[in-house]
Amino acid sequence: MTVYSPPGSDGAIVAYESRYDHWIGGEYVPPVKGQYFPNPSPVTGQTFCEIARGTADDVERALDAAHGAAGAWGRTSAAERATVLNKIADRMEANLEQLAVAETWENGKPVRETMAADIPLAIDHFRYFAGALRAQEGTLGEIDDDTVAYHFHEPLGVVAQIIPWNFPILMAVWKLAPALAAGNAVVLKPAEQTPASIHYLMSLIADLLPPGVVNIVNGFGVEAGKPLASSPRVAKVAFTGETTTGRLIMQYASENIIPVTLELGGKSPNIFFDDVSRADDDFMDKALEGFAMFALNQGEVCTCPSRALIQRGHYSDFLAAGVKRVENLRQGNPLDTDTQIGAQASNDQLEKILSYLDIGRQEGAKVLIGGGRSDLGGELSGGYYVQPTIFEGTNTMRVFQEEIFGPVVSVTSFSDYEDAIKTANDTLYGLGAGVWTRDINLAYRAGREIKAGRVWTNCYHLYPAHAAFGGYKQSGIGRENHKMMLDHYQQTKNLLVSYSPKAMGFF
Amino acid sequence: MGARVDVTPAAAALIRSLRERHGPLMFHQSGGCCDGSAPMCYLEGEFRTGASDILLEELRIDGVDEPVSFWMSAAQFETWKHTHLTVDVVPGRGSGFSLEAPEGVRFLIRSRLLSAPPHSGSD
Repeated sequence: MTVYSPPGSDGAIVAYESRYDHWIGGEYVPPVKGQYFPNPSPVTGQTFCEIARGTADDVERALDAAHGAAGAWGRTSAAERATVLNKIADRMEANLEQLAVAETWENGKPVRETMAADIPLAIDHFRYFAGALRAQEGTLGEIDDDTVAYHFHEPLGVVAQIIPWNFPILMAVWKLAPALAAGNAVVLKPAEQTPASIHYLMSLIADLLPPGVVNIVNGFGVEAGKPLASSPRVAKVAFTGETTTGRLIMQYASENIIPVTLELGGKSPNIFFDDVSRADDDFMDKALEGFAMFALNQGEVCTCPSRALIQRGHYSDFLAAGVKRVENLRQGNPLDTDTQIGAQASNDQLEKILSYLDIGRQEGAKVLIGGGRSDLGGELSGGYYVQPTIFEGTNTMRVFQEEIFGPVVSVTSFSDYEDAIKTANDTLYGLGAGVWTRDINLAYRAGREIKAGRVWTNCYHLYPAHAAFGGYKQSGIGRENHKMMLDHYQQTKNLLVSYSPKAMGFF
Repeated sequence: MGARVDVTPAAAALIRSLRERHGPLMFHQSGGCCDGSAPMCYLEGEFRTGASDILLEELRIDGVDEPVSFWMSAAQFETWKHTHLTVDVVPGRGSGFSLEAPEGVRFLIRSRLLSAPPHSGSD
């Protein structure tokens, strides 16, 4: 067991600056209006740095820098850009522990998670897109004996990226890696709840990128995000967030006739068929871990398996074992490597979760474990901790239909395969789902019938590069985490070439 | 008292102050993900509603001349229609492109079943 010291304190392996301006054109630039806002750690609720409060003027400066850099960056060879991405990955790997502690301090998630998942995945993501870019090639079509259609990939130019707070570094990298690989310059706005992590990352990698290729404008959605997303100077907007803002971004994009990619959340079903409990073996143990995965990252994951559907034949026994599994989860100081559940990322997130615990009870959902705020004592008393909570109820309840974004699962039963699929698909969303069974034919059928972009089959919450990730229904547009995301950051240029010296004969 | 949506006194005060600073306002209740499941406050007309939305309430706020419209997507309303909503405000950080976020506060929905008595202290 290790307990890391808070960044900047005695014995800490990493420190944040006391203030972050905007990163524009390869240097830090203070905000035009001169305003800053405090950035608290959810671990203690105490402010640890202040952040530039960006406005439209700052966005314009960042767009100037990006447009200045986009041309040259887009013309670099694939080999050069891939080398840059690989160097970024190497630099991150050499500083993995520091990045993990820094992100944990800002987001509240356990350091064992940032060490084992967030940062290693981010590193691999850069390497994946470095490789994908090297292997990408255009196409040619022989239209006829003298005519050839060549298809080239070209960068879009300058793209806007708006990043969520639940995985401040990994979500930024999911967007940065394909955009940079494809040869675009980026203006990125981190979430106002977690704006500092990306600046710590930039402090490690800035020298590897030409000035202006990556620009970071901090600030609030309405003041900095909106002018960025609605700017006629961006060629694409990528956003991860919720449905109303997603629609608003599409509305802005429609004014400029530019594409968007959106990842907008879910209410993911996690289905446990009867045969899971046929033996008390490794697979049963894995399935119970899969059930408890709703509490991973404090439930602040768009694919949180927040609806557990358990078949009636083993319902009572499996649920009892699941409750026991959750009872044994360790909540505590996120900087302790033994901690499995840390703090919610912000006070308003805490309040929202508590409001759902309230309506869940009012609707008659039964609380099997948890159900309230956790006070961990000492300096952690000011932090934003929620007990892992299991509700038992029916799929029409609001706690079954809405994304709570907390460590809360709503459990119900199903009778047979048809009932499972009907309940699983009875949601506005379609981002993720889980299917657990020892019957591979059943698993395949269920996976194909569930209307979601990813169906984890006998596993959950794995996010490897090269597995496409994105939503059906109201969960968004586009597929991240896969080479197909390169296409979302590229134009197709067709050269239609005639190799015949003869006139066409029309005129 | 709104049949479907009310505001707490604290939320009403914030709405008044945002109205004075920015102009006429509207709400659209968001669905899932990071900043979601929260009422987003925009300048009236900033968010284009359409046939896929339902107008739940025209909120009357003391000191605000025009009603403040409160919208939700129709599909989402299907799963919310048995509950009464109260717009409250809590200290907070971000909320999409909602107008109140830079004030260090955030609108929040508190809910009760429509058949149940009012939420204590909310109405």
